[in-house]
Amino acid sequence: MELLVASAIGALTAAGIYMVLRLRTFPVIIGTSLLSYAVNVFLFASGRLAMNAPPVLRDDVLVYTDPLPQALVLTAIVISFGMTAVVVMIALGSYLSADDDLVNAPKLPAATKNAAPTERGEAPQ
Amino acid sequence: MTHWTVTPIILPAMLAAIIVLACRYHLTLQRVFSMAGSLALLGIAAGLFWQASDGTISIYQLGDWKAPFGIILVADRLSTLMVLITATLAPLVLLYAIGSGWDKRGRHFHSLFQFQLMGITGAFLTGDAFNLFVFFEVLLIASYGLMIHSGGAKRLRAGTQYVLYNLLGSTLFLFALGTIYAETGTLNMADIATRVAALDVADSAGIRVAAVLLILVFAIKAALLPLHFWLPASYAEAPAPVAALFAIMTKVGAYSIIRVYTLVFPPDLEMTQGLFDTWLMPAALLTLAMGMIGVLGAKRLDRLVAFAVIGSMGMLLSAVAVFTPAGITAALYYAIHSTFATAALFLLVDVVRERRGGIGVRLEQAAPMAGGALVAGMFFVAAIAMTGLPPLSGFIGKLLIMDAAIDSPLIWWVWAVILSSSLVAVVGFSRAGSVIFWKAHQPAAEETADAEQSEEAEVASDPPPPASVLPMIAIGGLITLLVATTIAAGPINRFLTATSAQLFSPAPYIDVVLKTPGRVVGKKADGEEAHDKDAKAEKDDAHGAGDDTGKEGH
Repeated sequence: MELLVASAIGALTAAGIYMVLRLRTFPVIIGTSLLSYAVNVFLFASGRLAMNAPPVLRDDVLVYTDPLPQALVLTAIVISFGMTAVVVMIALGSYLSADDDLVNAPKLPAATKNAAPTERGEAPQ
Repeated sequence: MTHWTVTPIILPAMLAAIIVLACRYHLTLQRVFSMAGSLALLGIAAGLFWQASDGTISIYQLGDWKAPFGIILVADRLSTLMVLITATLAPLVLLYAIGSGWDKRGRHFHSLFQFQLMGITGAFLTGDAFNLFVFFEVLLIASYGLMIHSGGAKRLRAGTQYVLYNLLGSTLFLFALGTIYAETGTLNMADIATRVAALDVADSAGIRVAAVLLILVFAIKAALLPLHFWLPASYAEAPAPVAALFAIMTKVGAYSIIRVYTLVFPPDLEMTQGLFDTWLMPAALLTLAMGMIGVLGAKRLDRLVAFAVIGSMGMLLSAVAVFTPAGITAALYYAIHSTFATAALFLLVDVVRERRGGIGVRLEQAAPMAGGALVAGMFFVAAIAMTGLPPLSGFIGKLLIMDAAIDSPLIWWVWAVILSSSLVAVVGFSRAGSVIFWKAHQPAAEETADAEQSEEAEVASDPPPPASVLPMIAIGGLITLLVATTIAAGPINRFLTATSAQLFSPAPYIDVVLKTPGRVVGKKADGEEAHDKDAKAEKDDAHGAGDDTGKEGH
């Protein structure tokens, strides 16, 4: 069980980091989603793994799972879901207004860079 | 327990909801509500500051749950000081936004502004590590909306980078919190502090990983060197009032470093030895050097100021990295100063952009702008403050930092980097100032043809919008605050010395937080079931954050 969870977190994180390092917004957003899945599983495991145990403490229950990480994971899921929705909207807006979806290599500063020498060239005339 | 402690969070949250729901289509009403709310926030913050200034640590238990089972807010000297800085900055920035018309260039400026204030004050006041994460998210999600306010291709692209970078930062924060919970079994900062102090050093690998992860997260917020890439583009492209408000956001990172590393991982803790002098100090000095070199190399005024922000954060964090009470005192003084100085500069950049017409803020010669003398004078004063020349507060701040570093083993590095980077910054700012304001007359005087051309250009371009007085009042207010920080340096320094003394003896803080009676479920005080309630309260917060997301979509 521990091996399974740990390797799942590792695989998700590795895939997420690989995707985040891509140049276009879509793979990067997929990467951040994968990373947030990884962190959710990680948070879940931070309360120790207990199988088939209730998440509540009653007088007659001897084995129970820690309920707090489950609440933390719920919070983290809600927040990361909202954040992903926001970044999708902003990336879409950026794509529609700039006509490409590169995360870096801004086309506009490059254009001004190209424009700058001509301006400088024109200045002495 | 008074309810005043929670009002700096509740007030902007309620106002934001009212503004977005009740006065969606009434810009004037929005402005009135937003301004009144910011002024009320200033009043409350001043009251809390006064209450905490004699050393009282007052706490607020949300839902009356006893710490560490419930979320608590703590108002001590440091938190109330930071809330007061935020509340002082907010009305001036808002005044500028209203006066310059930035708030009508897109929708929901005022509600997002209030949500942003809620997140910032919440992050300063909370005493719970996970709640700190939640407030970070609240302030971030509001800042995403503000950052892309009024749109535009360049701004949206910078916004995408900013959001993605911060998403990664949030993920890292969650990893750090998970590790802390796994190692200590609690998320209340005071409780973590007691448990970390009781941990065995030989068995502390996990908590050391958490300490480093946390400092990385806060370093992203504070734009420390290898993690600063998000800042220049996003601050330069953000709308001016938003960039000015963001001046406090980098301070949230610095505040969190100061808070967590004095309370949870204090300097005498064996397991986190070397974190500050081996890692933070060189990183801070490199940040300072890089920021000021960026000032020298920038081709646009807005990027120049953004790099000055990075440089000032390097300066601030090098004072934090000394990690003595004197160092923290100097860092806090510099934080007050640099917040107002960068906010004033960002607003001035916008004034320059408006008045120069097509050429914008590129550092190239152009025809003189209308009313340039006043703008030039204000830029001169703000640049003097920012670069740390006498007689303004930047000079005093730098002096305090250098004085605090005297006992540090790295003193020569600190002094050398601070002094030489100041020179570089002075050169950078004077170059920018002379190109934009002083040499502005040359093209007009050179040749008649040139003059005709520029006249034609002036006629061709749209007539500049009638200059409003409000923006200049806002900038003047910020500069007055800088002057006040300089004149009142003595009393401020005494207060900050008391603040850092309080930070370096965290026992009263921990006692107040953990020993104040409150509700506990059942008869046993150490039940995991009470943790469940803690979790529920956090869930509610998450729903609050989720609501923010929903609103932004409209």
